[in-house]
Amino acid sequence: MDRQLIIASTVCFLVAVAHTVATLRDGVFRPRRFNFFAIVLGFVFQSAFLSVRGHALGRCPITNLFEVFIFLAWSVALIYLAIGPAYRLSLMGAFTAPLVLLIQTFALLAPIDIRHPVRLNVNPWLEFHASMSMIAYGAFALAGVAGVMYLVQERQLKTHQLHSIFYHLPPLTNLFSALTRLLWLGFALYTAGLVSGFFIGEPLPRVKMICAFAVWIFYGTILQSRHLHRLAPKRIAALCILAFSAAVSVLWAINFVSQNRPS
Amino acid sequence: MKLFCIGISHHTANVETRERYAGGCSEDAFRTAARCSEALMLATCNRVEVYAATGQSVATEEVLRELQKCGAGEIENAGAFYHYDGEACVEHLFRVVAGLDSMVIGETEILGQVKKAYERARASGNAGPLLHRVFQRAFRVAKQVRSTTDITRGAVSVGSVAVELAGKIFGDLRERSVLILGAGETSERTARALSSRGVSDIRVSNRSFERAENLAVLVRGRAVTFDQWAAQCREIDILISSTSADEPLLTRELLAPMLRGRADRPLFIIDIAVPRDVAPEVNEMDGVYLYDIDSLQSIAEQSLAMRREQMAAAEKIITDHVADFATRFGGAASRVASLAPGALASES
Repeated sequence: MDRQLIIASTVCFLVAVAHTVATLRDGVFRPRRFNFFAIVLGFVFQSAFLSVRGHALGRCPITNLFEVFIFLAWSVALIYLAIGPAYRLSLMGAFTAPLVLLIQTFALLAPIDIRHPVRLNVNPWLEFHASMSMIAYGAFALAGVAGVMYLVQERQLKTHQLHSIFYHLPPLTNLFSALTRLLWLGFALYTAGLVSGFFIGEPLPRVKMICAFAVWIFYGTILQSRHLHRLAPKRIAALCILAFSAAVSVLWAINFVSQNRPS
Repeated sequence: MKLFCIGISHHTANVETRERYAGGCSEDAFRTAARCSEALMLATCNRVEVYAATGQSVATEEVLRELQKCGAGEIENAGAFYHYDGEACVEHLFRVVAGLDSMVIGETEILGQVKKAYERARASGNAGPLLHRVFQRAFRVAKQVRSTTDITRGAVSVGSVAVELAGKIFGDLRERSVLILGAGETSERTARALSSRGVSDIRVSNRSFERAENLAVLVRGRAVTFDQWAAQCREIDILISSTSADEPLLTRELLAPMLRGRADRPLFIIDIAVPRDVAPEVNEMDGVYLYDIDSLQSIAEQSLAMRREQMAAAEKIITDHVADFATRFGGAASRVASLAPGALASES
């Protein structure tokens, strides 16, 4: 039954994406409230799923890859709803919806929703570690989305080919500062998640630790380069996209490695 | 009660003819002379129009005679005047307010001008219930056209394109600094346009320091000697160049050391000079956005073309509103006069 909630949520994000594509095909890109409300509704269904599944499991629903991906999609929508409108980046929704749609479609189609036969013990540190890390991933995903927006706008300015979307995208400096804030937010949350991992009270798998630290070092390096003005914003934006792609792959790897040790 | 509009615009008369009628006749004088119950004069640089409501049909010649009597002087080029009645008048007003009848399609200044004219007529008691309804609806139409089509989108002059691009690169321009290299007229206009968007740090450099000082006074900036311009590039955000140099003044090699340490601070270069002052390869450098006069003009033309494409959508909105307005009030124009004051609020 709870999967139907995710199907409903996915339909909401699909409608938002279809609406964006339709306006683009008309040659007039126009961010409307429609997209925002579709995302809000999608988020409500995601939250309902997490609540239902969480009550059924008696713990934070991150026990298999399906739940991990849904939690990730929920984190992306959460960070967008919390930060996107606040920074006048409402257009970010048009870029966020396809990412959430992709994650949820994959989660629904792949045979990864495997329930654990035994009820798992609740470890508050483990739950804190996992949920902080997933919300950090949401911030990193949004940083990647801001990176895509930056590159689209930068490309138009460089080539002098200004399309309808140019007039709706925020200025480059605003996008870059939003991207930087999202990186810092994600990095802070990820660090908190990482540190809390040492308090779980169980031995951590070495591969999992290496992967987690690799992601932390990657993002730390990007932030350090940005702080020291070593890299142009265009390259930071590209690195954000690359880093998130790598982080999601690592997330998969971590889950694969710890399939017998659900987080 | 019949609504009509008589006027001349940039479509039908040149500026000499238009200026003869602008401000020649007051609404009070016209209303009395033409025996109209309501009247509103709209005089802008592109049009002089009178919107009025009257109980009987009024011929254009009659109105022109009254205009003549109330101070507009000898009427010449009577053929340049157009006359719209009823629905055609409503449609014309909607098109005017939405910027579809403007010289630059989609310009928004006209809306403010019409609002001012309406407020003036309302305050003086010359605009009554019928003009109130039609003008309030016109403002709604203009708002809808602006918010649901791209007719006002994009800048259509070199100066405004430069300002728009600067806004899309930097966002807030108040903390930005500009260097004008070469004291040309287009540079001055562009600098003024940037200044109007809040840029306060404007520096001017020219081979003739005296000309640099003169332009600096005009744009409220400061003059710097010509041998200092390259060093200024380290500090500035926007460079407007329009010298008469035969060879590019700014090359990749010259600019590269200046960009060190400002990786996250873009440099917007507007090269208006012909031949160009800035080598085209500069645009390939990270964080540098170079636009020459051709690219700026091309963007202005693209914007105009985009606005023209949007006209059909805007016309559709206007047609729908005219039909709705005619259904609600048109056939019963006489009812308008007898409407209770409270009923007027529903339209505004």
